[in-house]
Amino acid sequence: MNVMYFAWVRERIGVPFEDVQTTAATVADLVAELSAREDRYAAAFADVSALRVALDQELSDFDAPLAGVREIAFFPPMTGG
Amino acid sequence: MPVRVQEAAFDAGAELNAFSSGDGVGAIVSFTGIVRDTDGTLDAMEIEHYPGMTERAIQTIVDDAKTRWMLQDALVIHRFGRLLVGAPIMMVATKSAHRADAFAAADFLMDYLKSRAPFWKKEVTADGSAWVAAKDADEDALNRW
Repeated sequence: MNVMYFAWVRERIGVPFEDVQTTAATVADLVAELSAREDRYAAAFADVSALRVALDQELSDFDAPLAGVREIAFFPPMTGG
Repeated sequence: MPVRVQEAAFDAGAELNAFSSGDGVGAIVSFTGIVRDTDGTLDAMEIEHYPGMTERAIQTIVDDAKTRWMLQDALVIHRFGRLLVGAPIMMVATKSAHRADAFAAADFLMDYLKSRAPFWKKEVTADGSAWVAAKDADEDALNRW
């Protein structure tokens, strides 16, 4: 699965995107798996209420299932306009 | 093209003139956002976005506006990259037979672009740089619609 990070999430994790092999069932499961892997993920995902997630470029939520998802992106609340 | 995400500068006046033609047009409303130096310390604004999702998200917002109001067309231009103080960041314009629809749709587009289009602003000053935090008021503004 292609995992993408934007803004301070990207800076904290240290890469803009990466291929992650996972069997996580939901977004929250993937977050827990990555957070257990290395401190930089735990730091980025410490407060998921401060984060947003998109699945295949559509806004979603942390309870959403990952079955069939090709691209997942984590980022802070958007500040466009 | 009604939705453009670009690094290059744009000429808001020329864009508006080009957008303003058409049969049955009675009202044009436009908004242009400019990089503002609130307290005299800003060197630049860096804008990151999510290529692909950005265009899709904006198109979804525009399509939503067109179902809510009688619009002949809408224009959205949003820049990314490093922008200096005074530079245009983005513009929206709406075209309708009547001003109420044009005003409301432009207001709606701005509220949604702020909180639902995947852009992130970073302020660069002599002391360093910091991501702009989203405001609760911006999220609350969506409840108006």
